Amino acid sequence: MAHSEEDILAGLAEIVNDETGLPADAVQKDKSFTDDLDIDSLSMMTIVTLAEEKFEVRIPDEEVKNLNTVGDAVSFIAQAQA
Amino acid sequence: MTKPTLAQPTPVLGSRILAVGGSRGSELVPNDDIVGPINSSDEWIQQRTGIRTRARAATGVTIKDLAVDAANDALDKAGLTGSDLDAVLVSTVTHFEQTPSLATIVTDAIGATPAPAYDVSAACAGYCYGIAQADALVRAGTAENVLVIGVEKMSDFIDPTDRTISFLLGDGAGAAVVGRSDTPGIGPTVWGSDGSQSSVIYQTHSWLDYRREELGEPVPETPETAEEVSQMTTPTLRQLGPTVFKWVISSMPNIARRAVDAAGLQLEDIDVFIPHQANMRITDQLLKLIKFREDIVVGRDIADTGNTSAASIPLATERLLREGQAKGGDIALQIGFGAGLAYAAQVVVLP
Ligand SMILES: CC(C)(COP(=O)(O)OP(=O)(O)OC[C@H]1O[C@@H](n2cnc3c(N)ncnc32)[C@H](O)[C@@H]1OP(=O)(O)O)[C@@H](O)C(=O)NCCC(=O)NCCS
Repeated sequence: MAHSEEDILAGLAEIVNDETGLPADAVQKDKSFTDDLDIDSLSMMTIVTLAEEKFEVRIPDEEVKNLNTVGDAVSFIAQAQA
Repeated sequence: MTKPTLAQPTPVLGSRILAVGGSRGSELVPNDDIVGPINSSDEWIQQRTGIRTRARAATGVTIKDLAVDAANDALDKAGLTGSDLDAVLVSTVTHFEQTPSLATIVTDAIGATPAPAYDVSAACAGYCYGIAQADALVRAGTAENVLVIGVEKMSDFIDPTDRTISFLLGDGAGAAVVGRSDTPGIGPTVWGSDGSQSSVIYQTHSWLDYRREELGEPVPETPETAEEVSQMTTPTLRQLGPTVFKWVISSMPNIARRAVDAAGLQLEDIDVFIPHQANMRITDQLLKLIKFREDIVVGRDIADTGNTSAASIPLATERLLREGQAKGGDIALQIGFGAGLAYAAQVVVLP
């Protein structure tokens, strides 16, 4: 079952909240994982791993560095599950 | 005429760890002493890895010395001597002789000759591989007492200019004596490997390439490692750190749960969690994902000792017991993972 972009954003926000303690509503599409949300690469790998499980997609390691903003991750996941 | 039937040793019901001993490199090298050549900082290393110092062997101390110290510590605690041993297994990736094995040399040094002795190469999973073999040897009736040593002198292998792995690594040895038991003290091992990921933690070039280089022969280079080769001409270690991190947190929770299941236990039965001391962030993430009991005791020896590869689990065990955080009879889950990529997990009753 494909998730809508809104679902994916909400799911990511939950994962980010669990990993970093940031409030879920701080996780907006235009936010940069590193600059705005202060997520380091190990936290990012955790978020990616949990997102893979949650949305049943594969996010290759080489792809992770292209996911600068939350919006990048949402679009990647939306396309990957299609 | 019918063929005769072969005799076999009589299997025994169970095995257990009788004692765990350890020996750490005596120099605790702080982050500030190694950050120069890798343009890093004490703060960065502590935040990313939880490491404050790494144990490194003093000048002149060899990998054999570390292994013998740990072995004697374990034998003393078990109330045994070398002559009581029926087999000696040494897990290591830093014994720099193709042959003879480190195990034979250590066996002789601890008075265990003529016990059979051999090395195991499974990197950071090596100790758990050794325990799996020792358990099988004892239960099959092949051996009564088996010594398992995990030992590394990583300082002989690392590159001070490497930012990917060298700064994590320390020197040390841990040893366990495995013997017979009326009740099982070592659960079934859940283990495996994935050689398709052999370039995730890797040696920059082979010793054969190095030798060809010395002889002036052209050396084949693999594209993924070529750019990583440092000023060091001798082979050294590298890893894709984030890839390793992801592999561990995405696949090891399931291996851990399967080991608990294979032992016929529930997660709530586990008193102590002793993961390979790779990175404190990995340990914390595994804890979060596996969901043990609230009051679980956790091996965190890495903060002072660093990552000692095959030695890290027995050293963390030795410390928990010595400091009284864990006690004899506690049920522990131990899990090793690393280059190969190879992994192994088993539930053990602490001595
Ligand atoms: C090695 C490890 C600490 C690297 O940390 P990381 O956060 O994943 O590092 P990355 O390679 O993603 O790099 C992130 C940033 O840190 C910098 N960096 C990398 N290594 C660094 C070091 N040793 N010191 C300072 N900065 C470093 C990078 O340049 C990069 O900076 P940038 O964001 O400005 O470009 C980490 O990946 C790790 O420990 N992984 C687990 C693997 C493991 O434990 N293996 C043991 C064998 S089982």
